[in-house]
Amino acid sequence: MKRVGETKEISGQSPNYLVAKFQNLVDWAVNSSRANSLWPMPFGTACCAIEFMATAASRFDFARFGMERQAFSPRQADVLICAGRLPFKLAPVIRRIYDQMPQPKWVISMGACASTGGIFDNYSMVQGIDTIVPVDVYVPGCPPRPEGLLYGILLLHKKIKGESLFDAVRRRDEQPLDEKGLRLSPETIDEISEPFGNSVHQFRSS
Amino acid sequence: MIPGALREEVGRDAERIVYVARERLLEAMTWLKNTPGQEFDYLVDVTAVEYRDRERPLEVVYFLRSLGRKVDLRLKVELNASDELAVDSVWGLWRGADWLEREVFDMFGITFRGHPDLRRILMWETYAEGYPLRKNFPLRGRSARAEQVRQALNANPEAHYSLEELSIAEAAGDLPDDMRERLRRGERGVIPEPPA
Repeated sequence: MKRVGETKEISGQSPNYLVAKFQNLVDWAVNSSRANSLWPMPFGTACCAIEFMATAASRFDFARFGMERQAFSPRQADVLICAGRLPFKLAPVIRRIYDQMPQPKWVISMGACASTGGIFDNYSMVQGIDTIVPVDVYVPGCPPRPEGLLYGILLLHKKIKGESLFDAVRRRDEQPLDEKGLRLSPETIDEISEPFGNSVHQFRSS
Repeated sequence: MIPGALREEVGRDAERIVYVARERLLEAMTWLKNTPGQEFDYLVDVTAVEYRDRERPLEVVYFLRSLGRKVDLRLKVELNASDELAVDSVWGLWRGADWLEREVFDMFGITFRGHPDLRRILMWETYAEGYPLRKNFPLRGRSARAEQVRQALNANPEAHYSLEELSIAEAAGDLPDDMRERLRRGERGVIPEPPA
């Protein structure tokens, strides 16, 4: 296959130099646009949502980082911010919201409960939303302070700016559920949601 | 004298607790609500207790209040875990009992006879692991985490609408095809039998 760059010879430069330059330019333009106008889809279920609101309000104001418009419709959102614990009853809901978001999309898991289940190590709570949707940034804290969430958002900016349109490995594909309706293999889910907290000695009948 | 009263206690918070025979619960409740001088017109809460002592019976607890007389009363019905866990519904007396009794049914598996719409309310309807607040229920549930995630992801988020709600939406011409199908079949999915 003949590539554009190969027709041009510049002394002392690799023939792919101009192609790479061009790709970098395109990546820079696209990534800056994406990173600096992220539209968040807030999914607030608990006290983290209060900190999220504080982050959105005037004192901390994440509009400074291009998140002026909160998209309360997943169809117009770029980043899903799950703020708070997620019960199993809401698992299909957040999955559907994630599926409704257009590409490219990112997910921030805000707080201990969304990231790991936190203190809610019981029958009704999802042990980390990464068993349901892929997560890009985990923000620790119970709940995280607004500065923590802002730092997570800046980390997400950094991650977005490192992506490349031309890099097939980094391209974000849809991650559909498998035929069993799971995103991860059962072994992985059991591994990342292993016993934690005060119920290590719980027995299981299955 | 409250009909069907077995014995009376005074709780630690100086509140009057009356134990009522299970068969005469509805009679006692009707009397408490309608008799002049009692007038317990407000059902504050319905809940249940299972004690760690397996010998002690389960209790269904009713918190009553008379708004006019400013008096509280606590009513308890004892149920042996070996017997059938069922009491009469007080929905006919206080409409507010609807969701309270559904919650007790969801968490303890106690059936309320005569309840118009006794379904799970907190857990999803196809939840198969049993009744979470019973003492024989493991804190982290009966299934492995992966199985729980699978069941949760495969649950239909809209499956909790009652047939009445579905028919209202149908009348307004505002029902998706899959839910119209469910309404036509008169069911909300397979509701599993909880483990004993």
